[in-house]
Amino acid sequence: MPEIASLLDSMAEQTRRHFEQRGIEQPIVVGIHSGGVWIADALRERMGYTRPMGKLDISFYRDDFSRIGMHPQVRPSELPEELDNEHILLVDDVLFTGRTIRAALNELFDYGRPASVTLAVLVERDGRELPVEAAIVGAHLELGAGEQVKLRGPDPLRLERVQLEDGR
Amino acid sequence: MIAAAYPARQLPQPGPLPNDLQLTSTGQLRHLLTVEGLSRELVTEILDNAESFANMNEKAVKKVPLLRGKTIVNLFFEASTRTRTTFELAAKRLSADVLNINVSTSSATKGESLLDTLRNLEAMNVDMFVVRHQQSGAAHFMARHVEPGISVLNAGDGRHAHPTQALLDMFTIRRFKGDFTRLKIAIVGDILHSRVARSQIHALNILQAGEVRVVAPHSLLPAHVEDLGVHVFHNLEQGLRDIDVVIMLRLQRERMEHAHLPSEHEYFQLFGLTQRRLLAAKPDCLVMHPGPANRGVEIDSAVADGAQSVILQQVTFGIAVRMAVMSMVMGVRSA
Repeated sequence: MPEIASLLDSMAEQTRRHFEQRGIEQPIVVGIHSGGVWIADALRERMGYTRPMGKLDISFYRDDFSRIGMHPQVRPSELPEELDNEHILLVDDVLFTGRTIRAALNELFDYGRPASVTLAVLVERDGRELPVEAAIVGAHLELGAGEQVKLRGPDPLRLERVQLEDGR
Repeated sequence: MIAAAYPARQLPQPGPLPNDLQLTSTGQLRHLLTVEGLSRELVTEILDNAESFANMNEKAVKKVPLLRGKTIVNLFFEASTRTRTTFELAAKRLSADVLNINVSTSSATKGESLLDTLRNLEAMNVDMFVVRHQQSGAAHFMARHVEPGISVLNAGDGRHAHPTQALLDMFTIRRFKGDFTRLKIAIVGDILHSRVARSQIHALNILQAGEVRVVAPHSLLPAHVEDLGVHVFHNLEQGLRDIDVVIMLRLQRERMEHAHLPSEHEYFQLFGLTQRRLLAAKPDCLVMHPGPANRGVEIDSAVADGAQSVILQQVTFGIAVRMAVMSMVMGVRSA
């Protein structure tokens, strides 16, 4: 598994370029619980962003609630600033099916109407089920069908390959 | 284990234990009929989930799509404003569709039985009943007879139980006071007629509250109330001494069949909560009331509106607690 630090360096470089090209000085960084918040935190630090960070727990917006039920311990979503007309940098650890991002976008728009949302992920893998792509990507991973990648943390952050028993 | 040796139908039926009805085989909440018998873990889980919903109020859209496509019926055989509206709002904030049925305007007044009402509503493919009834055990009865997959929440049955009220009271106490084991809590007033008091006492015992007191005249206490593990006081000043939380109960005039009291005026003289009396409690003592308060009967307006009162916060938290219970029963994994 790749080193987190070098992935974050690459993400920071892409982030700088992305917002420079668009003339945006400083977006509001919003991390998706839990891994996304860790990455958002680290990325924000590398960028020297000073605006308070937002955190989303998308459990209430998941599309598999009727199948798997209440998620234990949903942390409160915290968005310290108004989102209306703001540029948002949405951060998650792993991009796979795209369903988490769909849920996060739904929740974001319940808080306001951002001017734009840019997606940044630490790693992405094949298997999209929705038209969701990240503009900022730390690395692309090749994984088998029964494999998953998980971010462990917060200190130290490391990626772990997980074999699923039931091949979900 | 012994039961397995007999055909289930031939077993003597002492009436199902609440948990046989309200929990799944894996211990998840399927109905909420009573607080009695719930584990500390489950009560804590409900309160934790409510905490997540309580933080939703800052959102522009105070709604989550958790119960989209579900239909929830508020079936109220007894008047209620606060409970019904907070259940309705909780359901709507979870994106469920809500049907409000009040008995005075329904066919139940035309002689339709509870079971008929139930069957007819089931035929409309509903997912949950929130039921309030003047008969103790009405919610249990419904839970026993609903189709699998339909949940029943007790919104108050006779003098028996009002679990969501007790849970929202626990949520309020936890929010302001934290750990229950250090707390002294007094429940004051009409304990005899109060399903709220009964549910509160069970909930406080489950959460291992430091001390639970009931303060009331003899005529408004049920027999053997001490068996619930509470300390009984007949004098308000004594009952309030060093208390962290005082819960005032409404004098239930509509439930009084006999003369339990000489007069409301005299009741206020002896058991009404005033600022002066509140001085006996700890200086940061919370004042709670499940509502609606009879001002000047069990509580003075100055106390009800005072700095220590969290009566309105109870209403707000009631929505979050009901959202938590609704999503938990609807989110049960199909075994």
